[in-house]
Amino acid sequence: MPEDPDSELVTRLRAGDESAFVELAWKYQASMLSIARGYVPSGAVAEEVVQDAWVGVLRGIGRFEHRSSFRTWLFRILVNRAISAGVRERRSLPVEDIGPVVDASRFDPGGTWHWPPEPWSDQIDDKVVAAKIASRILVAIEDLPLQQREVVTLRDVQGLSSGEACAVLGISDANQRVLLHRGRSKLRQVISSEFGRDR
Amino acid sequence: MSRLRFWPRRDLVCREAVELVTEYLEGALSPAQRHRFDEHLARCPDCPEYLEQMRAVIALAASITLDDLTPYMRGQFISLYRRWRADEGPDR
Repeated sequence: MPEDPDSELVTRLRAGDESAFVELAWKYQASMLSIARGYVPSGAVAEEVVQDAWVGVLRGIGRFEHRSSFRTWLFRILVNRAISAGVRERRSLPVEDIGPVVDASRFDPGGTWHWPPEPWSDQIDDKVVAAKIASRILVAIEDLPLQQREVVTLRDVQGLSSGEACAVLGISDANQRVLLHRGRSKLRQVISSEFGRDR
Repeated sequence: MSRLRFWPRRDLVCREAVELVTEYLEGALSPAQRHRFDEHLARCPDCPEYLEQMRAVIALAASITLDDLTPYMRGQFISLYRRWRADEGPDR
């Protein structure tokens, strides 16, 4: 298993270092809230779920054995609490969202681009552009369907590996990839329209 | 010597390529599929940009920075920690 990126903070937390807790909480709070909101009816309940998860972390950290990374363990605690507090039943398949990720009308009958993506990827190197787009992408992630939002948040925002994300969500690697693909494809569409290009 | 094929090999088209981008980036394609994808990229004028846009999306998501830790938030986290410690912390 690769080195746990939080191992130093975890060691400090176990030693009773309050500032290590503050750092971990700050690092993960926004992503935890975003995921919890998908399960429960209101933002207020989501905050309770996240707080409850943190108490679970404090209670369990003494027994945490690094069998998984800290973040895998943390998000598993969160998802379990969210499920027990939630109204939404977990589905293992992304049934709510099928069909091609790029509108079929953009291809000719042979499957070649009829209306190809207009270029913008080189503009991302511009810091000003990147900063503006980064704030837009945060909103776009919030707008994704729950399962896609979970996977994109864990994989692309927090940087978990596919194995870690599967362990958190209890889904297969293939399902995880489908959700990631659909989520990222939607984000690409949003960003393209942000550049005033296609859709 | 040509290898036996169950169906004739056909080039990948753009409509199929866009559905394989994530598997490509994740390294989840078989060597043969990956080769077909690379071949398509080499001769398609538009799919390389599509792939770069997907890469840009991933980089942008990774670049999302946390809001600054406000004194209010810090206070909330500290009070949560101290309440836990007072109620059931390791000192008790």
